[in-house]
Amino acid sequence: MKDGKKWIPYLLVAPAMAGIALFVIYPMVNLVYMSFFKVNQMNPDKNKFVLFDNYTKMFRTSAFQKAMVNTGYYALFSVVIILALALLLSVWLAGRRTKFHSFVQGCAFLPHVISMVSIGLIFQQMMDPDFGIFNAILNALGLPALSWLRSSDTAVGSIVFVNVWKSVGYYTLILIAAIQSIPESIYEAAALDNAGKLKVFFKITLPMISPQIFFVLIVLSIGSFKIFDLISIMTAGGPNNASTSLVYYIYANVFQDFDVGRAAAAGVVLLGLVGVMTVLYFVGLAKKVHYQ
Amino acid sequence: MATIKFEQVSKSFGDNTIIKNVDLTIQDGSFTVLVGPSGCGKTTLLRMIAGIGPQSSGRILIDGKDVTEMPPGQRGVAMVFQNYAIYPTMSVAENIEFGLKNNKVPKEERQSIVQEVAKKVGLEQLLHRQPSTLSGGQRQRVALARAMSKNPKVFLMDEPLSNLDAKLRTAMRVELIELHKKLKTTFVYVTHDQVEAMSMADTIILMNEGKIMQEASPEEIYRNPENLFTARFIGSPAMNTVEIAGEGTIGFRPEAVMLEKAGQPDMFAIKGRVSTREMLGKEILYSVKDSRENTYMVSMPSEEDKGCRVNDEVYLNVPAERLYFFDREGYRIGPRQNWLSDFLCRG
Repeated sequence: MKDGKKWIPYLLVAPAMAGIALFVIYPMVNLVYMSFFKVNQMNPDKNKFVLFDNYTKMFRTSAFQKAMVNTGYYALFSVVIILALALLLSVWLAGRRTKFHSFVQGCAFLPHVISMVSIGLIFQQMMDPDFGIFNAILNALGLPALSWLRSSDTAVGSIVFVNVWKSVGYYTLILIAAIQSIPESIYEAAALDNAGKLKVFFKITLPMISPQIFFVLIVLSIGSFKIFDLISIMTAGGPNNASTSLVYYIYANVFQDFDVGRAAAAGVVLLGLVGVMTVLYFVGLAKKVHYQ
Repeated sequence: MATIKFEQVSKSFGDNTIIKNVDLTIQDGSFTVLVGPSGCGKTTLLRMIAGIGPQSSGRILIDGKDVTEMPPGQRGVAMVFQNYAIYPTMSVAENIEFGLKNNKVPKEERQSIVQEVAKKVGLEQLLHRQPSTLSGGQRQRVALARAMSKNPKVFLMDEPLSNLDAKLRTAMRVELIELHKKLKTTFVYVTHDQVEAMSMADTIILMNEGKIMQEASPEEIYRNPENLFTARFIGSPAMNTVEIAGEGTIGFRPEAVMLEKAGQPDMFAIKGRVSTREMLGKEILYSVKDSRENTYMVSMPSEEDKGCRVNDEVYLNVPAERLYFFDREGYRIGPRQNWLSDFLCRG
């Protein structure tokens, strides 16, 4: 390229860059900026610069501490359980194409098309300790009834349960597609190489779908860190903040306590957590992922 | 070392019967090529030997032992797939080693086998590479080395050369023939390319629509086709045929024709016009159309060329002893003088 025209590539990517600057960079910078202020929503002129005050105060509140711990629980259990179930289901479903298998696949995927709000409301009813169907079943089986969403011991677990039920089918579908893209002849070669079922799974299937597993892992982790809607509908963070999460904490700060500065500080923490986690995944796992 | 025997073997996919009651013996140590048009069942037959697409009925015996219930990995067979089916997540060495590991071969022995077969196929420098970094020919060698490492009784190959370019294919053909000479095991090779079949086989099994059309040596199958299908399939360009209304078919090979400006007395002769001429180096290929728009192929050595050009009027002269006669069902029969009366050149 001639020296005089070095600016042309920059010009060509400028519209896209402007979009990113406006919709990604600016909100992020603004978020960090706001987290250093005591924000007055009525009159921005009365915003007061407080430096790390929002952060130090926030870290001391029990609501935030609970939100952090709960978010960790939600993410860890959702990711582990959904990934394990999706892997099992996809291996089971991918190899067979009977009507029964298609039916199971359809059933597993169905929750994905239902709105989170409906699911939250339906499960809230089913989990009602007095009139819900879950306790009726437990009773019929002679098992002790649970308090489900009403007890601080079981609220987080109940929400993870609903989250798993809702998400597992979608990720199963992604993994089924990945498994079905493996050429049949590779399995036939493995059969001729006298490889047992476990060996075929760990040495062939798993490495060959590792890019998709890696993708699911990252998307699922980030999604779980941002869990909000189920909590908002089913427990509103209760009882006594037992099921609150980081995003719900942000929401509560903005719309209930009107403390935008502190909410921004929590947002920065969430951003940092998700960023660090993603980097860790790439550093720790990217080498184990096999791209074709 | 193993003889493979098919006894009344059939294979159906749903209602579709691909192979019907085949009886066949593949001799120990032979280089047998299964050839036929696509969909004729040759690959199905090969996969039945491997056990990866078992027969619907009948028995298959390897070395006299019924292998119907035996899983593929325990039959003592190795297979080279058309797309090689190399494990993409394993290095070249791991690919070769995989079967040995599964068969619990001790590590030191394994390593020496890997070294040995890698040397045989020229892969020593590439053992640590990932398959994605290899060329088509190199992948082919990995597939071959993987098959060889198991020291199988039977080598099965499913169109292993079809993904290679023409030059490499010719070179690999020679290498496979040499490999067979060295290993002296039974090779069963599937191809749709009759040239490949002719050049490599000591026995050709020609198949069509799930049936065996002829089983013979390359010389025999070329010189004495038992039926019209075989006659047309084997040989390049294919045999020319003339239908005798209500009686049968006369065939003659393109290389049996003398292309001349006049009809030869007492020869089978067809008058026509040259429509194309292809100079291929050592031979020249003509296509000639007669008055009824039938096309005939003629091939002749360049040095014997009489200099016919496109649109020249020519005669295709064929000596009577180089004609083939087939009855209405397509079976080969003896010479029929009365069929020739229309074609004999008088004067």
